[in-house]
Amino acid sequence: MNQTTAKATRWFGRWLVLAAGILAWQQWAEWRRSAFFPPPSAIGAQMYHLWFSGPVSHLALTSSAIGNILPSLARVAVGLGIAVAVGAPVGIAIGRSAAVSGYLDPLLHFGRSLPAVALVTVFIVLFKLGDQMEVAYIAFGTIWPILVNTIDGARTVDPLQVETARVFRLSAGQRLTKLIVPATMPKFFAGLRISLSLSLVLMVIAELTGSTDGIGYLMNNASNSYEMTEVWAGIVLLGILGYALNAALLGVEHHVLAWHRGARRLTN
Amino acid sequence: MLEVTDLTHAYGRGSSRHLAVDGISLKADQGELVSIVGPSGCGKSTVLRCIAGLLHPTRGTITVNGVAVHGTVPDGLAVVFQDYSRSLYPWLSVRDNVALPLRRTQRGRAQRRRDAQQALAVVGLNDTAHRYPWQLSGGMQQRVAIARAIACDPVLLLMDEPFGSVDAQTREDLEDLVLRLRRDRGITILLVTHDIDESVYTGDRVIVLTGAPGRVRADLTVQLPEPRDQITTKELPAFVQLRTEVSRLIRGQPTRAGTSGG
Repeated sequence: MNQTTAKATRWFGRWLVLAAGILAWQQWAEWRRSAFFPPPSAIGAQMYHLWFSGPVSHLALTSSAIGNILPSLARVAVGLGIAVAVGAPVGIAIGRSAAVSGYLDPLLHFGRSLPAVALVTVFIVLFKLGDQMEVAYIAFGTIWPILVNTIDGARTVDPLQVETARVFRLSAGQRLTKLIVPATMPKFFAGLRISLSLSLVLMVIAELTGSTDGIGYLMNNASNSYEMTEVWAGIVLLGILGYALNAALLGVEHHVLAWHRGARRLTN
Repeated sequence: MLEVTDLTHAYGRGSSRHLAVDGISLKADQGELVSIVGPSGCGKSTVLRCIAGLLHPTRGTITVNGVAVHGTVPDGLAVVFQDYSRSLYPWLSVRDNVALPLRRTQRGRAQRRRDAQQALAVVGLNDTAHRYPWQLSGGMQQRVAIARAIACDPVLLLMDEPFGSVDAQTREDLEDLVLRLRRDRGITILLVTHDIDESVYTGDRVIVLTGAPGRVRADLTVQLPEPRDQITTKELPAFVQLRTEVSRLIRGQPTRAGTSGG
């Protein structure tokens, strides 16, 4: 069997397992007829009805989708964006300075061990209810994996690569852009992947506690009025979003870290 | 050109203090290839790293073209490390690796690329500019490292066991490449090696270190006809005699002739 067929078989097998799982769920739900566990067909129909039956001019998105899914995604994007914009440069600065990291180490471990779920009230007090609080909450919760991993990456740049930079007298700017940043990238991406999945969780938590729109808000509403199919529609939507965002990130990583995979495959 | 006087370096302090090299003096004239040979742990690499400005010597002075080196990398110096796979940056293409140090002297990006391409041609790697170092064989990667070192026209080239991790055939090719570079460009080269044949074959002079701590045991002048050839040079009685002598010196056995100390 050549490589392409092997790949196709793997791909096909993966979706086959998923399809079989959905089918089993469907059979089980139809047999149980429980109000709390609607069959996937009903959930799918509900999702279509709620979000994807809109006008073609809006890419088939309904006003509920535009009013709730997009704000949620925007919060995730801005929150995560802030976490990257602050976490990556600060992480590199800390990682490259033994003195600074010595001073900040206890603080960092304190911050990263705080469970973000327990802090939601603090953020409501600080930022009041609304977008600001939700974005700040996501940013705070997601910055730690990025920060900790970037510090680790910057700290462990190969000493011989650093000596090479010294011997060939690279300027400070060159050392940063041609050595430290690329060398830190693999660890940074490892942190970003954790932060991405975390950001969806934090988004839902923030929206559950007091928002006027968003996926979390919809689910909260539905659950308060015992619309179980709608709650399930939200759960499935979150799953799909998580999968899609992760796949997108892996795509970017695949491109940016092509050298890393190549170099590792050959030295292992 | 290069003058090292009474170089001493100790790692650590107190009870964990370890004296790596002790009072080493050596000289290299313009365009000379001086090989430093010694058993592992004799501080060969320490000497080289002090000259490169990567280490502060505990005592002693180093001057390159009359300018003292003290923990700063001297002008016109380039280094080829043994571990090419870590010394080349895997995220840069071969050409960008070679062009990287040219930033200091060459403003234009196009000119830097041309210079890099030229250096690659000199080491026989015309077609690899757009590939990545890790896509190349070990010998080719070390050629890239050599191209990077010569691209910025160094006056002094330090090579730290450069061919220690390539196979024998490749090693001979690379030795001949270094000899050609020295001849064509008049670069002063200091080559650290643990291979006795290599030290004699490539060197104009062989400095034998004993360790540890590393001390200069002998400074031998190599009188072999140029250009050297991997097969005919190595069967000459003079070559065999010299390699035997270096071997004895390293093992601390008495030598037959009084050729040491030159």
